[in-house]
Amino acid sequence: MRPILRIMRYVLLDVLRNRWVIGYFLFFLVASDVLLRLAGTGPRAMVSLLNVVLLLIPLVTIVFGTIYWHGQREFNELLLTQPVARSSLFHGLFAGLVFPLSAAFVAGVSLPLLLHRAIGPESTGILLLLLTAGVALTGVFGAIAVLIAGLVQDRLRGLGAALGVWLLLAVAYDGFLLWIATTFRNHPIEQPLIALSFANPVDLARVLLLLHLDVAALMGATGAVFQKALGGPAGTAAALAGLGLWTIIPGLFALRAFRRRDF
Amino acid sequence: MIRTRGLRKSYGALTVLRDVDIDVPRGEITAIIGPNASGKTTFNKILLGLVRPDSGEILFDGQPIQGQAAYRARIGYMQQLARFPENLRAADVFEMLTDLRGKQGERDDELIDTLALAPVLQTPMRFLSGGMRQRVNAALAFLFAPDLLILDEPTAALDPLSSSSLKDKIRRERARGRTFILTSHVLSELQELADRIVFLLDGGVRFAGRPVDLLKQTGEGTLERAVASVMRGDRSAARKLELAR
Repeated sequence: MRPILRIMRYVLLDVLRNRWVIGYFLFFLVASDVLLRLAGTGPRAMVSLLNVVLLLIPLVTIVFGTIYWHGQREFNELLLTQPVARSSLFHGLFAGLVFPLSAAFVAGVSLPLLLHRAIGPESTGILLLLLTAGVALTGVFGAIAVLIAGLVQDRLRGLGAALGVWLLLAVAYDGFLLWIATTFRNHPIEQPLIALSFANPVDLARVLLLLHLDVAALMGATGAVFQKALGGPAGTAAALAGLGLWTIIPGLFALRAFRRRDF
Repeated sequence: MIRTRGLRKSYGALTVLRDVDIDVPRGEITAIIGPNASGKTTFNKILLGLVRPDSGEILFDGQPIQGQAAYRARIGYMQQLARFPENLRAADVFEMLTDLRGKQGERDDELIDTLALAPVLQTPMRFLSGGMRQRVNAALAFLFAPDLLILDEPTAALDPLSSSSLKDKIRRERARGRTFILTSHVLSELQELADRIVFLLDGGVRFAGRPVDLLKQTGEGTLERAVASVMRGDRSAARKLELAR
């Protein structure tokens, strides 16, 4: 564990001076401040913020993550000539990617809420869930980014693949579910829809939030289905576990590719 | 100190090393020479674990090193083109490696002074010139007083003053019993430093032994001419073989 923490410390030192991460933090700061001013402090602001989170976190994390992983050649070459195991370097670099992005998101969203005194007894739970969903999505798309960068050595093609995956998971997929729901509306399709939602981390994160906001019907077909079938702690736990798997599985494949790679 | 047997490495259809057997004796300077793309850097990278060989064995003091990391605590490496995390300062890099090696013991800061690095230690690496980065690179290779130093084209990007300081340092450390693996295109430089040379050609060992033996074998006066003569000889032999077919 200690080599991983040591590597992470220096990767953080490098990444925190990166303009992307600072810009990402400022974006969330401004976006949540503006939303609070426009939509007030109620669930409407939360839903708007949720939509921003569901689109933007996957996009920024997967694009930044792919570029970051390709750009870590310097760290790789320097550290792999030291008595450092490849797996320690991998975990240190991955933590150095996910931690600053998560911190920028959490701080960017929380600071305006604190300043506007928008956190009351009933909204604390929702805010915590929103932050959890955002951090989980950062982990998921960080792992996918690292896997793409490990498999596609060419930087531009890697970036293209990353954008393609984002488009598929964050934009096209829900349209696909909606199409299924409308086409087969006379059939019992709730179970297949739940299964299909687990196949997409963005839907899982959406479900996690919607189960606790009384606006499921406004947020696409999957939300409505989940509200009905998985409302309550079991649904939350299932969605969180799904997001965990979505981080671990691509992460393990990425580690395998990293171990076999020539530098 | 280092012994490789049957080392092979291909990148797709391109075979870079074919059954390479090399011995690097302790306390000597072994120079790996050869034209571009002859496998020198790949050989160094395999020793360091950066590149994984397709087959073959590498022993470091009799112990196999494949898949291991701890043995690298005994190696200092100066790569051909110094790459460092851009936003870190030289001082951060020195601190990071000291931290990772967990060593508070013997530290050799001599090159930081000799190469006049003190004024740039607080500057982010991205603002340093290529030559200055290469000086940081040299100081890092010697920092932990390692048993084995692998220096890949060490003087290529250095100014004459830094280059001669580095060569003096190599000589002093060799006299203290450290082992070196050097690669360079400047064969006159190797002639003055190397105890042994290994001549790689098309991924195979074409000659291994003392520089004087290569000079004797080819009847040439300098290492550069001797190497050129071997390469010319090989080419004309290959041409003759081609014609005979």
